Amino acid sequence: MIRCENITKIYATGGTDLAVLKDVSFEIAKGEFVAIIGPSGSGKSTLMHILGALDRPTSGKYFLDDKDVGELSDEDLAEIRSSKIGFVFQSFNLLPRSTVLRNVMLPFIYDEHTLVSERKEKAAKALKAVGLEEDRWGHLSNQLSGGQMQRVAIARALVNEPGILLADEPTGNLDSKTGQIVLQTFQKLNKENGNTIILITHDHNVANFANRVIEIKDGVIVADKKTNQNL
Amino acid sequence: MRISDLFGETFFSLASNKSRSALTILGIVIGIGSVIAMISVGQGSAKDISSRIESLGTNLLVVMPGSQKSAGQVVRGGMGSSQTLTMSDAEAIKEIKDIQAVASTVSSRKQVTVKGANTNTSIYGIDSNYFGIKNIEVDLGSVINASQVTSQSKVAVLGPTTRDDLFGADADPIGQKIRIGSQEYFVIGVTKSKGGSGMGSSDDLIYIPLTTAQQYLTGSQSVSNINVQVSQENLMTVVQAQIQELLLQRHRISDPASADFSIMNQADMLSAMSSITQTLTLLLGAIAGISLIVGGIGIMNMMLTTVTERTREIGLRKSLGAKSKDISLQFLTESVALTFIGGFIGFLVGWGGSWLINKLSGLTTSVNSSSVILSFVVAAVVGIVFGYYPARRAAKLNPIEALRYQ
Repeated sequence: MIRCENITKIYATGGTDLAVLKDVSFEIAKGEFVAIIGPSGSGKSTLMHILGALDRPTSGKYFLDDKDVGELSDEDLAEIRSSKIGFVFQSFNLLPRSTVLRNVMLPFIYDEHTLVSERKEKAAKALKAVGLEEDRWGHLSNQLSGGQMQRVAIARALVNEPGILLADEPTGNLDSKTGQIVLQTFQKLNKENGNTIILITHDHNVANFANRVIEIKDGVIVADKKTNQNL
Repeated sequence: MRISDLFGETFFSLASNKSRSALTILGIVIGIGSVIAMISVGQGSAKDISSRIESLGTNLLVVMPGSQKSAGQVVRGGMGSSQTLTMSDAEAIKEIKDIQAVASTVSSRKQVTVKGANTNTSIYGIDSNYFGIKNIEVDLGSVINASQVTSQSKVAVLGPTTRDDLFGADADPIGQKIRIGSQEYFVIGVTKSKGGSGMGSSDDLIYIPLTTAQQYLTGSQSVSNINVQVSQENLMTVVQAQIQELLLQRHRISDPASADFSIMNQADMLSAMSSITQTLTLLLGAIAGISLIVGGIGIMNMMLTTVTERTREIGLRKSLGAKSKDISLQFLTESVALTFIGGFIGFLVGWGGSWLINKLSGLTTSVNSSSVILSFVVAAVVGIVFGYYPARRAAKLNPIEALRYQ
C-alpha cells in the first residue's frame, strides 16, 4: 500500500542545499506495524511528513495505494490526509477547553463523506477501540492524564477509518508506564482492527513494539528487519 | 465543510474567548451605533425642515415687492420694503392659466391691547382664501370669510401664541374685543398651532381682513405679499416665469435684473434646505464612520492574535484534512460573525441613542429601513475587509511549521 522509490528531500537553507533524505526506497504492506527509528536529525520526521502527505519529495516517487502523491494538488493532499491517514503527535494536539467527544469528532468537519448522524457512533467506536472509559467522554481534554490524552488523540486519528496511522514519537511526552499502555493500544489496533501503523521514534524499546523496524541515519536507510514480536 | 460545522466552529471559537470577543464586538457596536444615531439626526432634521416648508402650503409661489431703487442711488432699501405690488397686480396674476388660488396679504406690526394685557405682534391682512393656501386651520371659532373681506369687517383671528399672551393659555377668546392701534376688533377664531417660534412664526400673529388692514393700518392699496398656489407641482417654474413676465410688463420694466419685485419658489427653498441637510448628514455620518474603522481595526487585531495563538491548532486541522479554503473560511466567518453581532447590537444602541437625543435635546431624529440595511451591509463589509488578511495568513500557514510552532 505504501511504496517509496528513490525519495530525496532537499532543503535550501541559506544558500546551501541540505539533503535530509537521500534516495530512500522501501515498501510497507497493508496491516504492517512498522517503526522508523533514528537519532534526531536523521530525517525520520521529514520522512513522516512525506508519508503523511504533508510534504512532497524533491525527487523520487511516493505511491500511496498506487497513486503518485507527488503529482497531486494541495487540495488532493488534504483529501488524502482526511480519508487515508490518521496522525498521532508527540504533544497530543488536542483542542483545549473541548470535550473528549468533540476532539474525536473534529476530523469529520473536514470530511463530507461521513453523515452527521453517523458521527457519534463512529467516535464511540474509536474511543472504545483505544480503551477509554465511557465516563470520561464528556470530560474536557485538559482534565485528562497524559496517557488518556494520547489515547484520545489516537481515537481522533482512527475515527475516519484511515488505512494508515502515523505516530510521531507518541510516547515522547509520557512516562514509561503510560507509554507502554499507549504502545499496547497500537499493537491491539494492529492485530484486532488490522490498521497499518507507522511509528516514528528514537527509542529502541519503543520500536520493539512493532513487527518491523526501519532504521534511518543521515537520510539513508541503514537497516530494515523484523522484530521478535513476530514470534 | 458543512455550513452547520462552519457555524458550530465559529460559535465555539468565539465563545471560548468570551471577554475578547465581547470587547471586539463593543468596538463595532460603538461604530455602527454612532453611525445610526448621527444619520438619524441628519435625516430627522431634513424631515423636520421639509415638513415645515411644506406646512407653509403646497405648490406655493410668493411674490414679494422688491427693494426701492432710484437712479443714481447706491443704497438699496430692504427686500419687501417697497410698496410696488398692488391689488390690481394680484387680480392680473389670477388670470394666468394653471393657477389654483391667489391670496394677497398686507402685514404690519402693531401694539395690541385687551383689558389687562398687551402685546406687540404682526398683523396680517388676508384674503378669504389665504387659510386654504397656507394650510391653516382654526382650533376655535371660524375663519375670515369673503363677505367680511368685502365689508371691511373689524374681526380678528388670533394665532395661539398671541391668544396665550393676551387672554392666558388655552383661554377661549371668541367674542372678546381686542384693540389694534385705535380700532376695536372682535375675535372670531384661534388658529391651530403650527410650531416654530420667533420671527415669522405663524403662531404669534393676528389675522384680519385684507381690506380692513389696508383701510386702517397701512392706508394704501399696496400689498406685502401675493401668495400664488399653482395647480400642479411640475408647472411651478412655468407659472413663475409667466408671473415674472406679467409683472415686468405691468410695471414697465424692461430689464429683469432691475425688477421691483421678487418671486420665491417653494421648491427652490426646499431643495436648498435639503442640500444643506444632506451635507450635514454626510458630515455626521463620516465622523461616526471613523469610529467604525477603528472598530474594524480592532477586529483585525483580534483575528491576527487568534491566528498566532492557534497556529498549532491550524496545523492540526490541516493534518486532519482541512483545505486552505476551509481554514480561511473559518477565520473569515469568525470576523463576519463578530461584526454582524456588533452590527445588530449597534443598530439597537444607535436606535436607542437617537431616541435619547430626541428626548434630551428635542432634535427630530429619524431611523428608517435604509439605516438598518446600511448597518448590516457595513458590518458585513467591515468583517470581510478586516478579516480577510488574518484569514489568508492562517490559510497560508505551512502545516509542518504550524505543528512545530511553540
